[in-house]
Amino acid sequence: MSSAGLLETTLRRVRSEGRKALVPYVTGGSPQWVETVRACAAHGATAIEVGIPFSDPVMDGPVIQEASQLALEAGATPVNIFEQLRVLDVQIPIVVMCYYNTVFHAGHERFAKSLVDAEVCGAIIPDLPLEESGPWCDAADRHNVATVMLAAPTAPDDRLPWVTARARGFVYSVGLLGVTGERQSLAATATLLAARLKAVTDVPVLVGVGVSNAEQAVQACEVADGVIQGAAVVRRMLEGGPEAVGEFVADVRRALDERFPRIKS
Amino acid sequence: MLVTPGTDGRFGDFGGRFVPETLVPACQELEREFAAAWGDDAFRAQLHQVLAEYAGRPSIITECENLGRQLGIRLVLKREDLNHTGSHKINNVLGQALLAKRMGKKRIVAETGAGQHGVASATAAALMGLECKVYMGAIDVKRQALNVFRMRLLGAEVEAVHSGSRTLKDAVNEAMRDWVATVETTHYCLGSVMGPHPYPYMVRQFHRVIGDEARSQMRERYEKDPDVVVACVGGGSNAMGIFSGFVDTDARLIGVEPAGGAAVGRGQPGVVHGMKSYLMQDEFGQVQEAHSISAGLDYPGVGPEHSYLASIGRAEYPTVTDDEVIAAFQLMARSEGIIPALECAHALAWIVRESPHMAGQTVLMNLSGRGDKDVAQMMDILGNSI
Repeated sequence: MSSAGLLETTLRRVRSEGRKALVPYVTGGSPQWVETVRACAAHGATAIEVGIPFSDPVMDGPVIQEASQLALEAGATPVNIFEQLRVLDVQIPIVVMCYYNTVFHAGHERFAKSLVDAEVCGAIIPDLPLEESGPWCDAADRHNVATVMLAAPTAPDDRLPWVTARARGFVYSVGLLGVTGERQSLAATATLLAARLKAVTDVPVLVGVGVSNAEQAVQACEVADGVIQGAAVVRRMLEGGPEAVGEFVADVRRALDERFPRIKS
Repeated sequence: MLVTPGTDGRFGDFGGRFVPETLVPACQELEREFAAAWGDDAFRAQLHQVLAEYAGRPSIITECENLGRQLGIRLVLKREDLNHTGSHKINNVLGQALLAKRMGKKRIVAETGAGQHGVASATAAALMGLECKVYMGAIDVKRQALNVFRMRLLGAEVEAVHSGSRTLKDAVNEAMRDWVATVETTHYCLGSVMGPHPYPYMVRQFHRVIGDEARSQMRERYEKDPDVVVACVGGGSNAMGIFSGFVDTDARLIGVEPAGGAAVGRGQPGVVHGMKSYLMQDEFGQVQEAHSISAGLDYPGVGPEHSYLASIGRAEYPTVTDDEVIAAFQLMARSEGIIPALECAHALAWIVRESPHMAGQTVLMNLSGRGDKDVAQMMDILGNSI
């Protein structure tokens, strides 16, 4: 099976089983990130989003900014992160999150090929909106790399079908107006947007940004097909290391599985 | 010859709209609203009135006879330093504040380097009854303490940005993060000809008045266009403003960058802050930190229209060093009784260096701001040596 297919196939299978996808985010190159990715995989992650640190992460709040800064200071580059991903062997799909200049500077073809070589299934590029995405998406499609499109609460209804039509793997439903970070409660926009997206696409819809704990994950999944958790994971990694992340992911997994158990066929 | 970008926001290969999906509808709305306002006689009349009766336009031109004699050229200054708030920044800010009100926004956010755009934004917000928050790199907050106080005095909230290089580029990041969270009620009052479409185009249009005035003033006073037009370039708004009046003439257009922040001179095409443009970056596309004595030019990128003008060879982008700038700063003060902003001293530094090759020519320099804000910093640098 092609690697692009792997991400979407995995998420569709989870959905058809009546379960929900859990995608933790880990900043590549930050302290103990490889062990953290393994801990996520071992404790019930469906797929993992690995961030390529960038000097100017405009969609990220303080926690992920700090992790990115630590990673860059430790010498992280796309090249050495890809090398480690290639030998990771965690048996679940890996998607990278990177800012567009990382892709543009490498060159679209070369970047897509380096993802394939690193056995990465997809890419999330938060500062590459639909209108600018053509050249990258063409290269990604040629290499069977899934380009995950983001949809935001500010999008008018007529924009959503355009965004979802271009989405591969899943649609990233941005949970709130704002940057990544933990919040006290799940924003009302999270389930509203997920519902609007579900109405126009069959591609799995995952909510990310501001999904801070197990309770909020369950709440988002009342509508969505799964969640992405970034700051909540990265903060635990920085404070308590891979073990703390493993416990957290296991908690969220348990809460999701209790509320949305596997349908017996 | 002056480019009007289409919906793709391109100046040649440069420009575009590389923003998070959350901001796309806001940028599209701004594009529509600006086009409607710019074509609306009532809006233009309102803008003209506030520029004339509040900012003090038109700004005059001044011939520097002493310096001209010394350098063997005719040196003419476009006096944007005499505008209200002390720089050209007010032209753009009054336009955007009027536009924000027209769009029903109650709040503006702005980034600032030297503090000039922040002061101008705080001023316009006070005038028009808008809430205003200004993001400023922590290093710049320290070296431009006077402007920080000035903004607060005007009722704006100033937040020091401690991330990254703690200068202008990080202030832009933080302002964008704010806008992502508040876009429904807030207008991002971007301070230069940079960022996502329509900002580079819109901000240039608001600053065109500099070039348009200068062109007719030069023709009236000297009955000719200048041979050379010189301005400093950080993001490049004052330069685009004055270049706009002369792109279709034979004048050489010179945008002077600081040696430590030479986006055009040392950069490669890249994408940051919503635009594709020349950008100082490393081999993996990480944006490099700029270093300049002048907070207003401490920026690793440049507006996309400058990248375009450079790529077609219409404008040149040389660099000057901090030492040349310090000398030029003092030279203008002593020869002409005008203390220039450190940013503008870059333009003069290039003129001084190149004057032997421009003998007898008419050189128009945009004096985009006054140097009062830099006096404390220069006192630290020069100490008792003057």
